[in-house]
Amino acid sequence: MRIGVMVCHCGNNIAATVDCEAVAAAAREFPDVVYATDHMYACSDPGQKTIEQTIRDLKLDGVVVASCSPRMHEMTFRRAVERAGLNRYMFEMANIREHVAWISLDRKRNTQKATDLVRMAVEKLRVDRPLTPKSFDVQKRVLIVGGGVAGIQAALDCADGGLDVLLVERKASIGGIMSKLDKTFPTIDCSVCVLGPKMVDAGQNPRITLHTCSEVEEVSGYVGNFEVKIRKRTTYVDWTKCTGCGACQEKCPSRKVPDAFNENISLTTAINIPFPQAIPKRATINAAHCIRLTKGKCGACAKICPTGAIDYEMQDEIITEKVGAIIAATGITLFDHTRLGEYGAGRYPDVVTSLAYERMLSASGPTAGHIKRPSDGREPKTVVFISCVGSRDRSVDRPYCSGFCCMYTAKQAILTRDHIPDSKAFVFYMDIRANGKGYEEFVRRAQEEYAVEYVRGRVAHIYPTAGPDGGQLMVRGADTLLGAQVEVAADLVVLAVGAESSTGAPELAEKLHISYDHYGFFMESHPKLRPVETNTVGIFLAGACQGPKDIPASVAQASAAAGKVLALLSKDKLESDPQIALVQAIRCIGCGKCERTCPFGAIRMRELRDGSKRAEVVETVCQGCGICSVTCPVRAIQLQHFTDSQLLAEVNALCRTWDETTES
Amino acid sequence: MQSPLQAIDLTTSRDQSFVEDVARESGQDLRSCYQCGNCTAGCAYTMNYDIPVHQIMRLVQLGLRDKALSCRSIWLCATCQACTTRCPNNIEVAVVMDVLRHMARRAGHAPERLVKTFTDGFLASVARHGRVFEAGLAACFALKSGKPLQDAGLGPAMLSRGKLAFLPHEPGGNGKAEVAAIFQRFLKDQESGK
Repeated sequence: MRIGVMVCHCGNNIAATVDCEAVAAAAREFPDVVYATDHMYACSDPGQKTIEQTIRDLKLDGVVVASCSPRMHEMTFRRAVERAGLNRYMFEMANIREHVAWISLDRKRNTQKATDLVRMAVEKLRVDRPLTPKSFDVQKRVLIVGGGVAGIQAALDCADGGLDVLLVERKASIGGIMSKLDKTFPTIDCSVCVLGPKMVDAGQNPRITLHTCSEVEEVSGYVGNFEVKIRKRTTYVDWTKCTGCGACQEKCPSRKVPDAFNENISLTTAINIPFPQAIPKRATINAAHCIRLTKGKCGACAKICPTGAIDYEMQDEIITEKVGAIIAATGITLFDHTRLGEYGAGRYPDVVTSLAYERMLSASGPTAGHIKRPSDGREPKTVVFISCVGSRDRSVDRPYCSGFCCMYTAKQAILTRDHIPDSKAFVFYMDIRANGKGYEEFVRRAQEEYAVEYVRGRVAHIYPTAGPDGGQLMVRGADTLLGAQVEVAADLVVLAVGAESSTGAPELAEKLHISYDHYGFFMESHPKLRPVETNTVGIFLAGACQGPKDIPASVAQASAAAGKVLALLSKDKLESDPQIALVQAIRCIGCGKCERTCPFGAIRMRELRDGSKRAEVVETVCQGCGICSVTCPVRAIQLQHFTDSQLLAEVNALCRTWDETTES
Repeated sequence: MQSPLQAIDLTTSRDQSFVEDVARESGQDLRSCYQCGNCTAGCAYTMNYDIPVHQIMRLVQLGLRDKALSCRSIWLCATCQACTTRCPNNIEVAVVMDVLRHMARRAGHAPERLVKTFTDGFLASVARHGRVFEAGLAACFALKSGKPLQDAGLGPAMLSRGKLAFLPHEPGGNGKAEVAAIFQRFLKDQESGK
């Protein structure tokens, strides 16, 4: 065998603490090595050209590159050796950057370790065998989990690109948080007026199937061929018959149900359509409050329904779908301010969350757009906004900035001054984060044009106090610019609650086999260069499920994720990785241990004509984890490219050098 | 001291050992303070302070030793711990204030003479009797403060409610000796420079 070795300097990354020339010189003495050199940047165009040229000139049949992590450049070099006519698996990489140069400054020992790693790579390469990928068909369909603005945008883009889309939403209607907002910053345009058309498009597009009141139950399979079980929660209404006329809602006698769409500041009926622009516009029964379902009496909705759509016996249904790719777009939920005793822990009705305030500002909200105090219905004349409630606060384990609260607070302060011209608006803030297009100008407008009083400091506590026209809330805070304690007697206090990962996000991540951080936000594959991919091939991220985001950023990321899905599913066939398990049928004793141990269900037992059994690997399902090969009692299953003999060749090489270096 | 109008040179006026001493003695991560002002917002005594507590934290961050140790605020702090409770960065601000008081005494700063007089009298009373003897402490403070009749009006009311005893009520058993031993140990540690 003829092997070539290239030792990379990686500029100064490796060369500063490893003598690359010495490593190359040592490599020339290894068995089958006919050529070894060092190079400033092996991954550069000239570096790759050198590899290709050397393979041709010296008729090499294998190459070792000692450089960075295979995660960085393994594909680069595999393609390079392939261009020169070698099989891409006749290549080995020794990681002498992350595993050597970056972790120690001892040049002598670093050089020794780098040499050891190169020797291991050479020994493995000597027993490597060419491998060929197989190809398989893909499902040209995509599952999108979450029907907020990100999920809707991704669904429309994927459908536009010719894919069939399944859009799964937990609530009764798509629209998400954006559908609850009154206006949007920095343009003050009506939120549902801009979102509405997209919701209608998603509802009417023949390529998009909506599954609302639904959740993902189970995900199996692999890129191109995922199998998804979706639980369609019972609505007690046959949506094929329901026309959304709303007659049931008028007749329903259970009228004291907290209205979740209005952030529980108003009441609704047990059977209801969440909001006028709901898509699909269909009624659902809230089983916890329905008199018929809790007490067995009533049935008013069934009597009035003109299409006979009500079905009290309806059960949850689980459907199974096959898709080629999945986009997670589960968005966020908001910080629960009742955890904060200093802001009343939810005891003061006139301390409201920013999202409840949006509903109060909205023309379709419970107050028809008139700002009224929840306690007595009076119009507030002094409104205090408190920023960073559950953001940038380590004491409640929320050290991160939610990013958009500064902007919506400025918007709500402007709208307050607009709705009630003789009102005063105060904003307590720590820093103003307004780094979007037109954002800083918008915050300045709030202060200059709308005379919103910005106070730089946090609020320590809120307590009830008597006011001239009924109870008020004393807001005590600091003005750090003044260096003084300050207080404001407020009629209404709005808490700018921060973003949290969506309820149940970690559980969904585990079903999807993707990573999530300490706060439940899904992990992207690379924070800069692969921001919409996950580490599970075929699963992508859109919107705030990856980290707090405002509407423009969510929409942009949704389109990016859709672009990635379209690129992936534009191919009719995908190539499978040949680094998977392979059964040597002649050795297999059919004990079935591998079948039981495989976490992916990739092993089947096949019965031979004589009735004996043999294990068989389903190539497209196998993920190449290697658990089966260590389980097998007779070494009949081997992981391709990581066989026992290949790994032992590396171990032997290491042990031999260990003997030599420990002699002195 | 610098005039308030004079610019503070942030490089030359920084006393890094002061920053490190406060951090070590208090056990607090002073760098995590981002000056939100919530300690001042919740402070019960800030109206009497010469420097609000969040600015004292800033003086410590910048290593402005003399300014921090010579202020009156650290002596007026009631250690009610509102600042500690409110701090979003889990800094025990009240502990920092306490450490500053100790450092100020060691450096000979005591701008609130009466606070020092009272504290010294209180500790002397505990050292002598094993627990505080209120009437003795009040009399001692009245004499040393130079305003002997300032609190005299409270006497009859407290007496009639049984809040003031004429004789010290010392702890029984070994209590008195044990408390005295604590004081002895402290003085010994101080002498040996611990």
